[in-house]
Amino acid sequence: MTRYVLRRLLQLIPVFFGTTFLIYVLVWAVPGDPFSGKCGQTACPSAYIAQMTEKFHLNDNLFVQYLKYLGSLFTGDWGETFNGTSVGELIATSYPITLRLAVIAVVIEALIGLTAGVLTGLRGKGFLDNLVLVSTTFLISLPVFVTAIVLQLALGGNGLGLIEASVSEDPSVGELIVPGLALGSLSMAYVARLARTSIAENRRADYVRTAIAKGQPQSRVVGVHLLRNSVIPVLTFLGTDLGALMGGAIVTEGVFNINGLGGLIFRGIQNRESATVVGVVVLLVLVYLLMSLIVDLLYAVLDPRIRYD
Amino acid sequence: MRRSRRLWGPTVVMTSLALALAACGGGSGSSAGAGETNPDGAVSVYGTEPQNALVPTNINDLGGTKAIQVMFATLVGFKGADAKPFNLMADSITTTDSKVYDIKIKQGWKFHDGTEVKAHNFIDAWNYGAYAPNGQLNTDFFSNIQGYKDVHPADENAKPATDKMSGLVQKSDYEFQVTLDAPFSVFDIKVGYQAFAPLPDAFFKDPKGFEQHPIGNGPMKFVSRTPNQDIKLTRFDDYKGDDKVHFKDLDIKIYSSQETAYQDLLSGRLDFMEALPPSAVAGGKYKADLGDRLVTGHLLEISTIAVPYYVPGYSNNLELRKAISLAIDRAQITKTVMNDTYVPADGYIAPGIPGARPGVCQFCKFDPAAAKEAFAKSGFKGKLTIASNADGGRKEPLTAACNSIKNTLGVECDFVPATDFGQWRSIVTGKKLTGMGRSDWSADYPSIEDFLNPIYKTGGSSNDSSYSNPQVDAILAQADATADKDAAVKLYQQAEDLVAKDLPSIPVWSEKGVAAKSKNLKSAALDFRRMPDYPSIEVLKK
Repeated sequence: MTRYVLRRLLQLIPVFFGTTFLIYVLVWAVPGDPFSGKCGQTACPSAYIAQMTEKFHLNDNLFVQYLKYLGSLFTGDWGETFNGTSVGELIATSYPITLRLAVIAVVIEALIGLTAGVLTGLRGKGFLDNLVLVSTTFLISLPVFVTAIVLQLALGGNGLGLIEASVSEDPSVGELIVPGLALGSLSMAYVARLARTSIAENRRADYVRTAIAKGQPQSRVVGVHLLRNSVIPVLTFLGTDLGALMGGAIVTEGVFNINGLGGLIFRGIQNRESATVVGVVVLLVLVYLLMSLIVDLLYAVLDPRIRYD
Repeated sequence: MRRSRRLWGPTVVMTSLALALAACGGGSGSSAGAGETNPDGAVSVYGTEPQNALVPTNINDLGGTKAIQVMFATLVGFKGADAKPFNLMADSITTTDSKVYDIKIKQGWKFHDGTEVKAHNFIDAWNYGAYAPNGQLNTDFFSNIQGYKDVHPADENAKPATDKMSGLVQKSDYEFQVTLDAPFSVFDIKVGYQAFAPLPDAFFKDPKGFEQHPIGNGPMKFVSRTPNQDIKLTRFDDYKGDDKVHFKDLDIKIYSSQETAYQDLLSGRLDFMEALPPSAVAGGKYKADLGDRLVTGHLLEISTIAVPYYVPGYSNNLELRKAISLAIDRAQITKTVMNDTYVPADGYIAPGIPGARPGVCQFCKFDPAAAKEAFAKSGFKGKLTIASNADGGRKEPLTAACNSIKNTLGVECDFVPATDFGQWRSIVTGKKLTGMGRSDWSADYPSIEDFLNPIYKTGGSSNDSSYSNPQVDAILAQADATADKDAAVKLYQQAEDLVAKDLPSIPVWSEKGVAAKSKNLKSAALDFRRMPDYPSIEVLKK
């Protein structure tokens, strides 16, 4: 087990360098002059451009730039945006909000998605099954920004008046429920589908029949034997989804004006703040890798047949 | 409370005067509703993340200006709907030859850290802004002060010999003299631009610390700033200027989406927005949404379509430019496509600027017959194109203009989009246009000069059409050198007449400026720069 974890952690190193290099090159290699639109209808003064070029090492070739970036990254310096704000600080203020939002989304996904999946998986065909099928198809076909804006307009001040159009500076859990619902809606549909299929398959498995034959109560058969085995694919999905949600929050955070990582990336791309984009994406890559590691380790807990040696 | 009510008397009179003026100018200002006002109220305005640290010489974007503007007081302020210049920090600005300006400043004004504002604060700040190694965005504004070339050599790799401009001389604690390279009669208006604000000694001791906590001399002082979230300011009670604010706390809230901000405005969570999202403008929805909360201003702005002289086929084809201009149905496009947020333009100066005249451009009207005639004379073959960035609602009116040209002249016309403003500007400044291009201009300071020198002088900083007419250059230089304001305006008008004959760019429309206030505000107005006119804001008592 320890060896497995160590091996996985060591694998993170090449992945980290590979992804950061790719991201760095992709972001900075975008054609065009990052300062061309900065000064309105007039061209920027050359003194300003010279100073910024110097500051962001734009005169060096891309590889040297990347090495300089890595160098400062290892001293804990995430770089600066064009307006002189430290990217590290930006990330530090925004990640707790995004994390909160992502966790809420995952909880909503898990609760609603799993319940719907288990109920339909156990009952089989019928009205409820059709209802879930239709509603999940509907959710999957909607892009997140549509879901988010519809929720905002319908529940906001000009609709039912249940929520505000934007969340406050340091949003409470209550305020984040609707954005979380929008963010998690797509995955919620997938979770319901996955759980339904998995339960339906395992319902006829030998070990379930044995458990029933032993005279175990229905609740124990479903809760312990059936659910524990069926939940593995769902868990894989949920785990990696938490990483995806942190990045996928770009749209939702934009709509509800949440000052999180998604918003940072969004603004970074808009204003060509390459340092911000690279920094946040590097962070997301790390989150993603760690989440998949944790999910892999959880398998062993759920399924005793899985061993890591 | 009673005392402050009394202080408000003159303000109310002034506001109503401004309203009356605005009504004359075509806008309607803001409606002042009934109800008690709260002099210690809080106001939130829509904001965007500043592009640079909050130092006046390094800010020229709307997001940053919104904070800088109220944190710093310059020598000259601009009042009311017609942006009339008045002495703010300046006691007097005098000159006999438009070359040497003698500036006396008012005594007893304080920076927010308690130190007094003195002449050297202006000199130091301007020298800082001009000094090349500081790489300040607004450095060009100092370029006509004598000695600028010594602190800012044309060759960007050269090290400046000195960091002080010889044209700035301190006479006493409250008086200094500015000598310009060449006479420039508009200098006493130009110094109202934010880049000319004074900086406290604290800035020069610790610029990094200043960026974290800027110290100004304006009506409001800095409280805190959270990147991408907000900038908080509060009233500076020691402020001596005429443009005091009538509320206590200001929160410039940064939004990633205009649509969300608009929702917040309608529900009263946000108090002021200087522009409306495209979805609200579409179909004139904003009129029903806002009712008496609609604020119309008078932006000193003009939109033109530049016809570059370097593009083959277009160059030196005056008849073609006439034909295009006569073929655009400005009235219909501003009404239907832009939903009354713009008005048709028929000159090169934004209406509202002293010296702007109606009908200067005789080809700026819709006349299909004359257009066809001119087009036949032009002998143009091929396809016309209008290029612009497609975001921010720029695409629709220009596509409509193209259609208008197509329908009138029977020539192909296409809108060519650029992905964003940055890409668009690099095409224009790189002289890579292959057809016509959008060329909008908004005033940095309210003067007719600002609409001519940068755009139509040979080699001007925003001469998008690469226009060059020695006669225009000569008249502009003469106007710059004319100390008498009225005589100078007449000369600038002559230059405009010449430009209108050459049609290097085709004036199309001018933005009215449509803003919105929330139900929490009793009054609010929009200033000529598309910014909340802070002194006009009054908060209703809850």
